[in-house]
Amino acid sequence: MGASFDRGLIEDFGRWRTFSAGMWAWVLHKVTGWVLAGYLFAHLAVLSTAIPASSNPEAIAANADLYTRTIQGLEGILLVRVLEIGLLAAAVFHMVNGIRLLLVDLGIGLERQAEGFYVSIVVTVLVTLVSVPVFLPPEVVPF
Amino acid sequence: MARPRSRFESGSVAWFLQRVTAVVLLFVLAFHFLWLHFVNHAADVTLWGSALRMDQLVYFIGMVVFLVTAVYHALNGIYNALLNWGLSGRARQVSFWVFAVVGVVAIVQGIRIAFAMAGVVTQ
Repeated sequence: MGASFDRGLIEDFGRWRTFSAGMWAWVLHKVTGWVLAGYLFAHLAVLSTAIPASSNPEAIAANADLYTRTIQGLEGILLVRVLEIGLLAAAVFHMVNGIRLLLVDLGIGLERQAEGFYVSIVVTVLVTLVSVPVFLPPEVVPF
Repeated sequence: MARPRSRFESGSVAWFLQRVTAVVLLFVLAFHFLWLHFVNHAADVTLWGSALRMDQLVYFIGMVVFLVTAVYHALNGIYNALLNWGLSGRARQVSFWVFAVVGVVAIVQGIRIAFAMAGVVTQ
């Protein structure tokens, strides 16, 4: 068991002004975790259209099966494309900050964990910026 | 010394598996985003394209590993968040079994999807 200490009521949102890097990392890891877990089940629901669609070879050959129409229909909605960028941002932060947490668990670089959080933020911002022209439809992003 | 607010048991099997699945997910999730969003694009997805990918044994196994690790990591993560908030007693026991059932259902459904996709090529 780890050392026990009173970290106070972290759910008292007014405390954010006094947050240190490690506490921001904790909050963001939790928020992005909830988002990714929620998305996982939505993703499985959409992919489940492959089950009825798979028994219709004519529609599959014409790319007009339920699975293809569902995904391409969703991708035709600009809001979905924007949310995908948000999803990528959540995933990248959770992954890079997760590496930081694994290192903390292993006792590596404990004195530099705050810098690890800033690295997570920078990497997330960079990957998110790169993803914008890739994820948005070409007619929206003219480059 | 104050009672620890976190009931997350560092050193338990669940704790260890959360780390192991994290390491696996770092690789499969990075591959997933790179392959299906940057190399290929979500807007171009077709069932035939997904089926051709899933027809390859290595890809199929990789996606099942992705499914199992993601479902475990997500549900164990949420369960731990609830414990951290103070879930205990009967509510904790009920939650554990609800999460276990949801996890099994999600994994079974995911495997059904994988077989449905792979079956498109061979039928």
